Amino acid sequence: MQADPAVAHQFEDAAQQRDAATLGMWIFLATEVLFFGAMFLGYTVYRIRYPETFLAASNHTLILFGSINTGILLVSSFCMVLAVRAAELRRSLATGGFLALTAVLGIAFLILKGFEYRQEIHEGLLPGAGFHFEGADPRHAEMFFYLYFLMTGVHALHVTIGVCLLGWFSLRALFTSRIERLATSVDLLGLYWHFVDLVWIFLFPLIYLIGRST
Amino acid sequence: MLSVPPWFISEKSRRKEIVMNYLSNHSIKSWLLTTDHKRIGILYMVSITLFFLIGGAAAALMRIELLTPQGDLVTSTTYNKLFTIHGVVMVWFFLIPSIPTVLGNFLVPMMIGARDVAFPRLNLASWYLFMAGGAFALFAIVTGGVDTGWTFYTPYSSTYANGHVIAMAAGIFIAGFGSIATGLNFIVTIHKMRAPGLTWFRLPLFIWTIYTTSLILVLATPVLAITLTLMVLERTFGVGIFNPAMGGDPLLFQHLFWFYSHPAVYIMILPGMGVVSELIPCFTRRPLFGYRFVAYATVAIAVFGFLVWGHHMFVSSQSIYAGMIFSILSFAVSVPSAIKVFNWTVNLYKGSIRFQTPMLYALGFIGLFTIGGLTGLFLAALAVDVHLHDTYFVIAHFHYIMVGGMVMAYLGGLHFWWPKISGKLYPEFLAKLSALFVFGGFNLTFFPQFLLGYLGMPRRYHAYAPEFQALNVLSTAGASILAIGYFLPLAYLLWSLRYGRDAGPNPWQATGLEWTTASPPPMHNFATPPTVNEEAYAYDPVADNEATRRETTHAS
Amino acid sequence: MNSVKHYAYVTAGLLGLLLLTIGAAYIHFGPFNTAIAMLISLAKASLIVLFFMHLRTAKPLLRVFACAGFFWLALLFALTLSDYLTR
Repeated sequence: MQADPAVAHQFEDAAQQRDAATLGMWIFLATEVLFFGAMFLGYTVYRIRYPETFLAASNHTLILFGSINTGILLVSSFCMVLAVRAAELRRSLATGGFLALTAVLGIAFLILKGFEYRQEIHEGLLPGAGFHFEGADPRHAEMFFYLYFLMTGVHALHVTIGVCLLGWFSLRALFTSRIERLATSVDLLGLYWHFVDLVWIFLFPLIYLIGRST
Repeated sequence: MLSVPPWFISEKSRRKEIVMNYLSNHSIKSWLLTTDHKRIGILYMVSITLFFLIGGAAAALMRIELLTPQGDLVTSTTYNKLFTIHGVVMVWFFLIPSIPTVLGNFLVPMMIGARDVAFPRLNLASWYLFMAGGAFALFAIVTGGVDTGWTFYTPYSSTYANGHVIAMAAGIFIAGFGSIATGLNFIVTIHKMRAPGLTWFRLPLFIWTIYTTSLILVLATPVLAITLTLMVLERTFGVGIFNPAMGGDPLLFQHLFWFYSHPAVYIMILPGMGVVSELIPCFTRRPLFGYRFVAYATVAIAVFGFLVWGHHMFVSSQSIYAGMIFSILSFAVSVPSAIKVFNWTVNLYKGSIRFQTPMLYALGFIGLFTIGGLTGLFLAALAVDVHLHDTYFVIAHFHYIMVGGMVMAYLGGLHFWWPKISGKLYPEFLAKLSALFVFGGFNLTFFPQFLLGYLGMPRRYHAYAPEFQALNVLSTAGASILAIGYFLPLAYLLWSLRYGRDAGPNPWQATGLEWTTASPPPMHNFATPPTVNEEAYAYDPVADNEATRRETTHAS
Repeated sequence: MNSVKHYAYVTAGLLGLLLLTIGAAYIHFGPFNTAIAMLISLAKASLIVLFFMHLRTAKPLLRVFACAGFFWLALLFALTLSDYLTR
């Protein structure tokens, strides 16, 4: 009955199918906003309670790593949007290439993040029995670092998932003869990746920058 | 072309031709790998019935324990585990999925004239997530249980509680993702796949309620997911954002938990209201009074439902000013609820009411929901809540909403659409009898609990002061009647699958696209995509009476 | 669809805002430091949402859902803080 085999049986046409998929992705992102948002709320509540300690603790984070990583994510978003564009122009080689580049930048982000974690753990900033903080109020500084590890950890998990999907789709784009069938998926993956970037954009100042002028 | 004369076709194969529908393929594999929304609805129906029996068994044991003031049947620890099982299973594995996943999955595409939901494979994945979550919860129950209550308040859950808190939370977390996927699927389906001519204000109100319910599922469930994750992290590592030892506030857990769990109450009741909005017009043979008001009220309830969670925390250390805000907003949410009740009631006036089984449930819903809603106002009043908080008054209040409201609506909807789902009619007399058992048993169970709570009996204890015994005995007696009311439909609905009379496409002469198909519906619902050019509930009492009169004169 | 040049400008803008926010963090504005940082983050987020996620040219329905998550998050913040700020 269906003329176009790329259109699933429940849809009338390709446009309806693409609209539905895009709407679904945006709804998923709305759930992600609330998922991360609850942690941001936790941050806000304790920031209000322990303002000085949070500023002091923030100065113990490694701003060089954080800034470079922010730049990496922003550039990766640029690569991602070029991949989406290439897919819409039906250029499979460019799509696969830009997706791979985005994935590589994502991996670079994760590696830097790993070095950063290592150094912080080495300095005893990991909450728990071994937590050690040179400052006025170590108890509440521990809360700051708990939020830091929690939020960046959940973010890194999202980056990891993104990197896996990017790698998988770059291979598919490189080896497909029908790039038009991938265009919607690449577009959705782009939305996801930009969202991950978006979360980091808010995390970055709240973690690394708040105490720098004190 | 050689054609076979009709008389040559054997009776058996002719029947086979007629019954080719979504139920025709009987293999287990065809069920477990189905992406048909109707079959997924059936999968959910079977699953939540099993969970209902588990949750019901826990409730039965509690009611038996409460027959006497002493704790003689189970220890206090066991009792704590029982009410936790009852709460967790009934809330997350029965009530929240009940109408959306069973009737919603079955009906949403049919009511809007679509061949399936937007993402059929995601729909099946939701069911698997739901079952995986259920498996975790059952594992936690079987291997020793959890005694935190369904609310998992910290620091008890994160620090002191024994038992499988983590497995239970994991189960809820996983099932939550199933809920999110279901909600997302419905929202996209309702936005993108309506039949030509089916504008928003021509939609059946059931669709409106499923839509708003889905919004709540999608926007609230992620907060529950992260909250339970945080609780589990705190339990595992001993550090966490609710931990007072590092300056954390346990009340933050309650804020986040109730940001999900209060709207979850509306996840439970809104689809029930949707079902009732379908039943009332059909069994009064009139268009629904004030359709638009009911639709707007539905949206208003869904939005306001997000703004009232703090009324669960009036006697915690929440600020009194926040308490006042939450109290006022809680009063406000009763307005759209009342609009609905008034509209349904007005619909009865001068309607030609038919007291068939689904209608009995709908009428029961209106009465019980009203009692549940009004007693909710008592609890939303700051000063009164101090007296009633954590007493049986609260238990009675929310059971009037959840059982008197939601379960009645679920049963009403199940009886209404059963002929469509199965193609069979159930024995009407038994069904009416069981509706009366449910109504009577329910009131006998829970009305005494209002009195017990008012007199000061606290919830969650396995022993109580002797002066409360008489009312507790009444309550337990009611519960046994209620149990009969629940087992009867289970028996006769199964019986009807084999022995029931064929229902025909539209046994209730109802409007709506789902009734234009055969019963049970064919694989892809509609042979040709339907077009809609009339309002919902286009019942015409005059023509209806005329038809009935002609039928009766014709028969005589 | 936008041109590569167009996307490159947006990216340059994002990187510029990144430098700006780092720079601003080292100047003492007292309580306004966080506010400034959040405003710059909001600007960056808007650039990404409008141009990279194509919300500028998207259908109204998508914009509604893009805002819905933030709207509900605002409800969560507002009512929770109504407790914490008045205790």
